[in-house]
Amino acid sequence: MNSSSGKSYMSTASSSVLWKAGGDVVADQFPAGLRVLLVDDDPTCLMILEKMLKACQYNVTKCNRAETALSMLRENRNGFDIVISDVHMPDMDGFKLLEHIGLEMDLPVIMMSADDGKNVVMKGVTHGACDYLIKPVRIEALKNIWQHVVRKRKNEWKDFEQSGSVEEGDRQPKQSEDADYSSSANEGNWKSSKRRKDDEDENDERDDTSTLKKPRVVWSVELHQQFVAAVNQLGIEKAVPKKILELMNVPGLTRENVASHLQKYRLYLRRLSGVSQHPSNLNNSFMNPQDATFGPLDLQALAATGQLPAQSLATLQAAGLGRSTAKSGIPMPLIDQRNIFSFENPKLRFGEAQQQHVSNNKQTNLLHGIPTTMEPKQLAGLHHTAQSMGNMNMPVLSHGSQSSQNNPLLMQMAQPQARGQMLNDSTVGLAPRLLSPRGQSMLSNGMATNVSTRNGVPENIRAPSYNPVSQTSSMLNFPMNHTSELPGNSFPLVSTPGISSLAPKVAFQEDVNSEIKGSVGFMPSYDIFNDLNQHKPQNWELQNVGMMFNSSQHSNSLQGNLDHTQSILVQQGFLSGQNRNSTVISKAMFSAGDSTGHVNAQNSNQHLNSLLDNTVRVKSERVADTAPANLYPDHFGQEDLMSALLKQQDIIAPAENNDFDFDGYSIDNIPV
Amino acid sequence: MESKHVNQQIAAMRQSFFDEEVLDEFFSQLEQLEDQNNPNFVEEVFTMYFRDSTTLLETVEQAMKTISITLAKMDKILHQLKGSSASVGANKVLNEINKTRQVLEKGNLEGTKAGIWEMRKEYDSLKAKLEPYFQLKQANSVPQEK
Repeated sequence: MNSSSGKSYMSTASSSVLWKAGGDVVADQFPAGLRVLLVDDDPTCLMILEKMLKACQYNVTKCNRAETALSMLRENRNGFDIVISDVHMPDMDGFKLLEHIGLEMDLPVIMMSADDGKNVVMKGVTHGACDYLIKPVRIEALKNIWQHVVRKRKNEWKDFEQSGSVEEGDRQPKQSEDADYSSSANEGNWKSSKRRKDDEDENDERDDTSTLKKPRVVWSVELHQQFVAAVNQLGIEKAVPKKILELMNVPGLTRENVASHLQKYRLYLRRLSGVSQHPSNLNNSFMNPQDATFGPLDLQALAATGQLPAQSLATLQAAGLGRSTAKSGIPMPLIDQRNIFSFENPKLRFGEAQQQHVSNNKQTNLLHGIPTTMEPKQLAGLHHTAQSMGNMNMPVLSHGSQSSQNNPLLMQMAQPQARGQMLNDSTVGLAPRLLSPRGQSMLSNGMATNVSTRNGVPENIRAPSYNPVSQTSSMLNFPMNHTSELPGNSFPLVSTPGISSLAPKVAFQEDVNSEIKGSVGFMPSYDIFNDLNQHKPQNWELQNVGMMFNSSQHSNSLQGNLDHTQSILVQQGFLSGQNRNSTVISKAMFSAGDSTGHVNAQNSNQHLNSLLDNTVRVKSERVADTAPANLYPDHFGQEDLMSALLKQQDIIAPAENNDFDFDGYSIDNIPV
Repeated sequence: MESKHVNQQIAAMRQSFFDEEVLDEFFSQLEQLEDQNNPNFVEEVFTMYFRDSTTLLETVEQAMKTISITLAKMDKILHQLKGSSASVGANKVLNEINKTRQVLEKGNLEGTKAGIWEMRKEYDSLKAKLEPYFQLKQANSVPQEK
């Protein structure tokens, strides 16, 4: 069975099969020969499972102690493809083992237990298990475990490619390919990615920089702007390092530099759009509210000079990111660079997000700036988050921290990402954009922006985030990036007319100013909202996370990423323990839905949407048209979650209404 | 022939296990895993199971006698028993375990002890039933398959 299926896989595996191991025996027989490490202290179960796995033609190694398993894995990192472990073991908790494996070897791990309590399963999910089996395990359940291996490889491979090592022009589209994780397709991917990874270095390339071994290029603001312009010109989905390099026409810049920067940028956009994660979890350093004050300042400088010194910006971002990074479990390695770039990105992002609604990229840029009141750091964080999250969908979720603000952005970002590129721009841009294009969107935009801003920094909403607003000029550029920063100010960002560097923005900014003002006033209400969100019970958060997690699984397109991001998200949300996240997430979902009005539904977010439905519902009044309900199919897997969410929404709703009040003002001003 | 007769007996015994719900479909699953290379797989599994669970049961019974037994400890043991019993398809034993665990969750120590005792009964009964079954099977297969 394996060989036949393997062959079919091979044939279907297309794009990813760059390295298709041509004629690799293993590939042909896939999933036969899959190397499984089985860990269980119960000898009876161990025996039975081993037999079952062997019957599935897997290559099984069993051990009854977690320590033994861990040392086996350490000695032979490439020796196994997947690990199956029991939860309750005498020498080490199964979850602990799971974490170790995830950190050190990054192999897919399946947990199993006779315990099917929701809490335990949730724990598995949040700790990053790729599956959870209930004992007694059926042989059928084991037959499909290879899918986790393929999926993981595909994700890694994609990330790897994004880092620029792979100059495949179609890398970006890959994101949309995530959906086709049909096992057959994956097989090829698995093979190639596996191979690639093995060849390359196995270490998490995703993060990066390994590809960049050349002399470091400092991505100054100007350089980044050029980069962003080039990317926009090409279209985020078609932007390949080579072409970007040509467009930029910067002497001394190598394709590798561009490639890695592009990767970061994508992640950033992704993060912006989907990241609603809490600031802590995600590297959204920039999201951290605390840093908000810090951020704005830098922005001013940046705005003033039209060019923020790389270092300062980097510092800013680093600081911002650093915070989040520390907290977040997800490695967002490229923070520094991102900062600079995320700073700019937000602008782009908005633009792109807006794309959906707005045809002008340029305009979107403006928008980006506008809505993102986030501080650069936030932006960076957001960006990172988005990227780390892996696809937009996730970002939305991750943003949970900033309840409303992040969401819209994230949502938007998430949405675009699904599309493939939106990531870059759309996420951020979406929020604001929506408003402009349509009258009603204002609401959504507002919401979106709010959310977006929130994405990065839940806290920001509260207080410091205002900074961006006041700064307007300098903040303009900044805000966009930081979507999350300003809690209430989706627009304030826009209003940063000060930024000379962004020409298009300037025009836009002016309009934004007015909006910002409006938003400023608005903010207070938003804070309330945040407060409400914050108080949300953690469970909710968890639940949301769980829900999102579930939903992501269902989403087709972004599935791969989603899963990834979701787990991250979940972890983050879970870890951060912030209620907000869940709130944000829901909001994000909502915003995304609203802002895009339509798009969001497509994304895996759908599930999220369902989750957010509550939020959405609440807002739907405001947002009007796009009845979020329509957008989001009822994918809920968990009714209880929804109800919890609803409850929360109810609570939040009142607050949110306030937020929307300012709709009146305007995004209309924003030239589209 | 004798074999035939024995085969029938074996089959009848086996069927009775299912009829009485002493065993469930997981037992069938185990049987499916048996093949030429492992003709006695099911028996091996059960040997392992009985050995392991005997130890657990003794621990739990010992613990019950002591005054300082904690419910948490008992729960842990029951959990272990649950996993292995479920995997081998020991249906009635599993049911008793589940019942006992529910009682235990409510914090009822005495009830838990009673539950364990019931479970033990089922367990012993299962053992008593399966041992001759396997013996018969073993004896029967040897002349034929060799």
